[in-house]
Amino acid sequence: MSEGPEPGIVPTAEQKRRQRARSIAIAVTLAALVVLFYVVTIVKLGPRILIRPL
Amino acid sequence: MTDISAIGEANERAALSIGGAEVGDYLALMKPRVMSLVVFTALVGLVVAPGHVHPVIGFTALLCIAVGAGASGALNMWYDSDIDAVMTRTARRPVPAGRILPGEALAFGLTLAIGSVAVLGLLVSHLAAALLAFTIFFYVVVYTMWLKRSTPLNIVIGGAAGALPPIIGWAAATGGIALYPILMFLIIFLWTPPHFWALSLNRMGEYARAGVPMLPVVAGRAETQRQILVYSLILAPIGVAPWPLGLAGAAYGVVAIAAGLTMAVLAWRLWAAAPGQPTEQAAKRLFAFSIGYLFLLFAVLLAEHAVVTG
Repeated sequence: MSEGPEPGIVPTAEQKRRQRARSIAIAVTLAALVVLFYVVTIVKLGPRILIRPL
Repeated sequence: MTDISAIGEANERAALSIGGAEVGDYLALMKPRVMSLVVFTALVGLVVAPGHVHPVIGFTALLCIAVGAGASGALNMWYDSDIDAVMTRTARRPVPAGRILPGEALAFGLTLAIGSVAVLGLLVSHLAAALLAFTIFFYVVVYTMWLKRSTPLNIVIGGAAGALPPIIGWAAATGGIALYPILMFLIIFLWTPPHFWALSLNRMGEYARAGVPMLPVVAGRAETQRQILVYSLILAPIGVAPWPLGLAGAAYGVVAIAAGLTMAVLAWRLWAAAPGQPTEQAAKRLFAFSIGYLFLLFAVLLAEHAVVTG
């Protein structure tokens, strides 16, 4: 008798919602870190960092 | 032989964890109430330090200290999940409740610990970062893994971790350490034992069941009440010390004297209770007041600084 692949763990709708909420929280945290590093760079090095020649 | 039921249980826990944890569970893992006290005392250390700190750098320092404190909390909950599971106060925490797996709590805590120390060191101050790393190490390894389960002095020595944030805040602002933040450290360090012992007096049974050798469990109520009084009597003058040393003003002196006396009176009432007399209310009152005591002293330091610097 042939059997298909085992279904494994199938998350419920509620579990998917929570997973999505966690993913959004991680994304927001990473975006906030990007903003923080950007602002701190300007504060520490001065606004002239934006107009230096490449 | 493979234990099928154990595998089923593990799968069930894994399934629960994959979709089970809310974002709030991860926030709870960071012990937000402890974190708030850490952030507040670090803020005072940072603000009262001499010199000027750019608000963005100050905010970054406090963020790193907060996240470092959260990392300590998460690692503590990872390691202590067996103890937490048998105590009613902590049984609903995310790890013992099964909403977050121990390995996830460990990974979360380590990520936050490494991230907070690295960012603090790179963006603010190497000394502050070293102190934050030491604080996390001290709380997780020295207190949680070693002292908590082995000696009734656990919270006396372990309290050093909770007392370090003002020094970290000061170091973030100045790049050094001075007498003033050391005094703030001493105030929190001496405040910790009476604060926690007042709480543990009413939870002796739970600590005993969990096998945690808190002072009331090991030495009994009378000895704990005596030690609470001793620490409160030492704390009161140390709490006032910034005033005669010229580090704080008269307003702080008056508040520190009044608060120190109140703390000592509450500790004395707890100690003076006749043997066999219920001490639950006296312990609760001392515990509640102790939270206000620390907040009040640091709030006045902050307010005085704001008034002086206008």
